[in-house]
Amino acid sequence: MGKTVSEHAVPYVQVLDENGKVTDKELLPNLTDDQLREMMKRMVFTRILDQRAIKLTRQGRLGFYAPVAGQEASMIGSEFATDKEDFVVPGYRDLPQCVYHGYPLYKLFLYSRGHQEGGRVPDDVNVMMPQIIIGAQIVQTAGIALGYKLKGEKRIAITYTGDGGTSQGDFYEGMNFAGAYKAPAVFFVQNNQYAISVPREKQTAAETLAQKAIAAGIPGVQVDGMDILGVYAAVKQAADRARAGEGPTLIEAVTFRYGPHTMSGDDPTRYRTKETEATWEKRDPLVRFRTYLTEKGLWSDDEEQQVIEAAKDTITEALKQADSAAKMKVEDLIDVMFEEPTTALKRQRAEINGEGAN
Amino acid sequence: MAQMTMIQAITHALDLELARDEKVLLFGEDVGNNGGVFRATEGLQKKYGEDRVFDTPLAESGIIGLANGLAVQGFRPVPEIQFFGFVFEAFDQIASQIARLRYRSGGRFHAPVTIRSPFGGGVRTPELHSDSLEGLFLQSPGIKVVIPSTPYDAKGLLLSAIRDNDPVIFLEHMRLYRSFRQEVPEEEYTIPLGKANVVREGKDVTIVTYGAMVGVSQKAADQWAKDKGLQAEVIDLRTISPIDIETIAASIQKTGRAIVVQEAQRSAGAGAEIVAQINEQAIFHLEAPVLRVTPPDTVYPYGLIEDEWLPTQQSVLAALNKVVSL
Repeated sequence: MGKTVSEHAVPYVQVLDENGKVTDKELLPNLTDDQLREMMKRMVFTRILDQRAIKLTRQGRLGFYAPVAGQEASMIGSEFATDKEDFVVPGYRDLPQCVYHGYPLYKLFLYSRGHQEGGRVPDDVNVMMPQIIIGAQIVQTAGIALGYKLKGEKRIAITYTGDGGTSQGDFYEGMNFAGAYKAPAVFFVQNNQYAISVPREKQTAAETLAQKAIAAGIPGVQVDGMDILGVYAAVKQAADRARAGEGPTLIEAVTFRYGPHTMSGDDPTRYRTKETEATWEKRDPLVRFRTYLTEKGLWSDDEEQQVIEAAKDTITEALKQADSAAKMKVEDLIDVMFEEPTTALKRQRAEINGEGAN
Repeated sequence: MAQMTMIQAITHALDLELARDEKVLLFGEDVGNNGGVFRATEGLQKKYGEDRVFDTPLAESGIIGLANGLAVQGFRPVPEIQFFGFVFEAFDQIASQIARLRYRSGGRFHAPVTIRSPFGGGVRTPELHSDSLEGLFLQSPGIKVVIPSTPYDAKGLLLSAIRDNDPVIFLEHMRLYRSFRQEVPEEEYTIPLGKANVVREGKDVTIVTYGAMVGVSQKAADQWAKDKGLQAEVIDLRTISPIDIETIAASIQKTGRAIVVQEAQRSAGAGAEIVAQINEQAIFHLEAPVLRVTPPDTVYPYGLIEDEWLPTQQSVLAALNKVVSL
């Protein structure tokens, strides 16, 4: 063998262990007590939202839904490290990040049901609609981030995909473009161990997903995705780096989804064991952060109960709002195709209104 | 006024738009310092800087994804795909993403993106450079497809395409880049998208065509007039999505007969859609079926047999003679 031309390392970040004990004091993020409690509230809300969404899907009151339980630390912690001015570019599972970045919950319910209003993100909210084509959001994020750089704004774009998504060409292209342009982007991979039924080991022989950053020449970090403080610390550092003009970072959060891939008929008992699930349940992000906060005197059962009740009310309210959305008409779809409908579309619109064929 | 080739008219149009609107960005493989593989962006990076005209890594999906993201940020991207045969790499970002952005966001986001790309046969390119793939995007709701055939049209249509607030695919036929010069005004002018142009008046048969087949059809029509004393009306579609059926129908009302001439294979291109729309809008004026002049449904040919595979003046003449005999 010849000489070594390059060497790489993938750091691992963890702040809290499974028992809620601080494992790395230097990485402990500088957050106020209120911020810490807010993080916990959001994780509890997300757990309740997931339980309710699953029930609502079974009742036929929601449509497409991809469960998130288990991924609360990874989702909430990463979004918490961004500013409102930053752009969130989600995959189809990333609804909690959307909610906390300002995408109204009722609109996400409408998105789930398949209503046009569901994609109409409010003008002052920097979130893209959830992306169904796995990887497409990654190349778009390179463009959004380059846009901030060209405008000279110290803002970042953060995007999400899963472990399976790292096998897509667009995943590599997006990271590589952002790297080549030193664009302020954070690529956040939620490695929840399975892409539907396919285990992460079948996606790649790579030891970590974070090391895929090496191919783009950007830093890659693996973080304990069940540890909200670890996730926050890793994303905060990546965001600071991006804002300072030093380019993108890839973060792999090692996490788990307790539920099925989606509510569209996936049955996880076909591909994973009770033992595997039990192992991950011990690492539950809510349990360890609850322990940490309780020991600091920042959290109580009463408080958690209040958050749960408030969450239920919020969800009920959002559902009501979704129910009151006007029924769509085919004309509405035609009118939003272009700024000005083409002659052909005008003719088709007239046809729908019974004004003769063709 | 100046005499320009089509490629000069394109460069000139890009120059005008870069100067007019600071949100216009040009990018792609080798479009910067190199000025493009056909010199379409020659001198533009030097004039407007690397923040406006820049090279990208070699990845088509990345290029169009970048355009999508920049559009979300309020820019007006004009990305280039080096040869349209490479469009398959970017198919998702065009057909599933950019073309649907306004619709899926209920109008919150839109994509004022103009994708420039060379295509077209007759210049002995290697594989997958010359294929006519425009038909694929006729079937993609949300995107317009423009194919100019003259320097004058290329400039006016490109200005319209860039200013359009929805995505446009602007296909540049390689054989037309430098094949002839035409008077092109120096000042700004636009040609509306979706409007065809009657390039030769006639009363006996309507020829509907686009791209390099416009010139072939015009020559065939001239020859036909000499040989038979019959006059073919030639319509250059200029935009193939949406199709200007009104202009076609008005012409057929006069001629009663039509043929469609395209460089794409029989099952590809815009031909079948044109015939279908003629059936819907003008069937009572037809005295004969609408015939199509196209290459056969094979893969794009090897360079050495290109001229025999592509439609020629003779094949157009044959169709004209046939359609008047029916």
